[in-house]
Amino acid sequence: MRATCWMGTKDIQVRNVPDPKILNPDDAIVRITSTAICGSDLHLYNGFIPSMEKGDIMGHEFMGEVVEVGRDVKKLKVGDRVVVPFPIACGHCMNCESHLYSVCENSNPNAWMAEKLWGYSPAAIYGYSHMLGGYAGGQAEYARVPYADVGPIKIPDGMPDEQVLFLSDIFPTGYMGADNCNIKRGDTIAVWGCGPVGQFAIKSAFLLGAERVIAIDRFPYRLKMASEQGGAETINYAEVDSVPEALREMTGGRGPDACIDAVGMEAHGMGLIGAYDRAKQAMMLETDRIIALREAILSCRNGGTVSVIGVYGGFVDKFPFGAVVNRSLTIKAGQAHVQHYMKPLLEHIQKGDIDPSFVITHRLNLNDAASGYSTFLNKQDECMKVVLRP
Amino acid sequence: MARQNTGAGENRGAIRNRGRSGENGERLAQGLGWFSLGLGLAQIAAPGEMARLIGVPDDDENRQMMRAVGMREVASGLGILSQPHPEGWVWARVGGDVMDLSLLGGAWASDRTDKERVAAATVAVVGVMALDLLCGRQLTEHDADDASAGRQGVGGRDHARSVEDQRWSGAVHVRKSITINRPPEELYRFWRDFDNLPRFMTHMEEIRKLDDKRSHWKARGVAGFTVEWDAEITEDVPNERIAWASVAGSSVHNAGSVTFKQRPANRGTVVEVEMRVDPPGGAIGAKIAKLFGKEPVQQVADHLRAFKQIVETGHLTRSDTSFALVRHPARPPSKLPEAVEAELRTGTYQGAKS
Repeated sequence: MRATCWMGTKDIQVRNVPDPKILNPDDAIVRITSTAICGSDLHLYNGFIPSMEKGDIMGHEFMGEVVEVGRDVKKLKVGDRVVVPFPIACGHCMNCESHLYSVCENSNPNAWMAEKLWGYSPAAIYGYSHMLGGYAGGQAEYARVPYADVGPIKIPDGMPDEQVLFLSDIFPTGYMGADNCNIKRGDTIAVWGCGPVGQFAIKSAFLLGAERVIAIDRFPYRLKMASEQGGAETINYAEVDSVPEALREMTGGRGPDACIDAVGMEAHGMGLIGAYDRAKQAMMLETDRIIALREAILSCRNGGTVSVIGVYGGFVDKFPFGAVVNRSLTIKAGQAHVQHYMKPLLEHIQKGDIDPSFVITHRLNLNDAASGYSTFLNKQDECMKVVLRP
Repeated sequence: MARQNTGAGENRGAIRNRGRSGENGERLAQGLGWFSLGLGLAQIAAPGEMARLIGVPDDDENRQMMRAVGMREVASGLGILSQPHPEGWVWARVGGDVMDLSLLGGAWASDRTDKERVAAATVAVVGVMALDLLCGRQLTEHDADDASAGRQGVGGRDHARSVEDQRWSGAVHVRKSITINRPPEELYRFWRDFDNLPRFMTHMEEIRKLDDKRSHWKARGVAGFTVEWDAEITEDVPNERIAWASVAGSSVHNAGSVTFKQRPANRGTVVEVEMRVDPPGGAIGAKIAKLFGKEPVQQVADHLRAFKQIVETGHLTRSDTSFALVRHPARPPSKLPEAVEAELRTGTYQGAKS
């Protein structure tokens, strides 16, 4: 089959590789009909996530048709249309039973590698390094889906791929970012990053009852989408002296009730502090640039919540922890527990509350994956979201 | 009584002797620490120059590798210089040397390298490795002396105890636990049936039931060697605890137990394994095994994790890389091991070794 392979930093190639096989009796094989490039794939593309190997198949946002099932699979059958969640979860351990699927205790066969870096291992993720399992990803013609009765959700006929594909990651991720803010009537939520996850966080904050959402980015086309599609007020951080100051003035001197970091480890900063973090990361003295997270912490109102859904990988520097302690902030974070959110979010789509396809700007053939990555990375052509079709 | 005196006398002599070797070891360690630090900083600051120096092409991949190796050197350098007992860091250097040699082996195979420089680099690494081994050995023996001196220092111990200590000299003591989302009865039943053990004790070549109490064990050791012994169940408390020990005359002396304790409020069952293993080759054998990832603590941890996977999900966790013997990209394997093919074909899932 054809598959999008990581061949090194900023080197993506579509290559011929062996077809996947059933390896365990509860596996399924899915013929992929749509798959997408995620912002977190760019961290791999840029070489910031350790334990990638030359030839790894990329991709963790995908959907398709079941073409083969192992003999223990009960809920799925050949021919079913499914969306596959990006965290691989067994469904039987304590965390899975508590719906904390992205920290499944069993799905990562390379747990020892993650333990060295993080203490304990989270769930494995498709196409996201060997430290997170060494599972082939979904930017390919076929994928093996372990624990097939636990993860994939069946999609009713008549719903186009583009409407449901993002149930695999970015819609639940944005939604969990807002859900973690414990939103109450009258709340103002600030969202750093107006990429696809930020856009879903904005919409989700309103779905969960926020009064106002303030979106922060520097690309006018992204801010425009946040305001026109999401109904958010916006701050272009390249045009203000200080984001925390701007937010203070927009919130009557109190600060937003909750702040969502939808940026992650490769944040861009202006001026001296931006250069400082870039230099430290380049010299491998810190792995993650936390410019957005610092601002979120310093902007949040006393007693408020900082919700982190942007991806971080390792260690950070100049973390304003004094503000967290002395101002009673709550920090909530995590990779999305996608399996927990898929069903209710599918219902939101069916009811017409949201049509997730609004973020798609580029539709390419799988063969053109490499140009999809560079267009997305460089934000050329007002790129927001790239969908690939095998 | 006379015996004990003789023993103590011998030991004092040994301590004096090895006291010197310990000092030498520490001085050597300091030198190696500074060497690591300097080399590592050079590799991080000028990866391109260093790559050319050892005769490999100055490309992105090699620069990245050079920086990674440099980080490792800096870490072991700092470890050696900052720790009061740098022994572990010195042995980590030996591991690093093995890694460097394997990387240089790769460079030999490539046609883009300057063979003369690669050869020079290989000779240098072998030389440094000899120093690392010498240093690690001196520090290790010194530590073992400290420990036995401590034991001798307590004069009131009875004879039986000191015989026991001697029998376990160089033994590795392991205690590892894991929490499993199943009741203790089910876990006990699964473990007590020795036919199930090979399913999760994936480092074992063979575990064969001889009768209800006795079993024959065969383990894969370092570098393809196998070791075998017979074991006997010494304690069996249904749903709570199983203890075993190798029978007299075994080449690998070991004893251990597994206990199953239910936690309250649906928090599952804590499974704890406690083991003492006398690895072949004593303390140094254990150190070398550690470098190859086969040390007992890691093995027990791996076995417990596999046990949890099987009883919670019905099978071992397998990704696309689980069958590869060498580093393999995350993509479907072109061929599965015959045992796995057979098991999937016939539907007789045995949780074969991965």
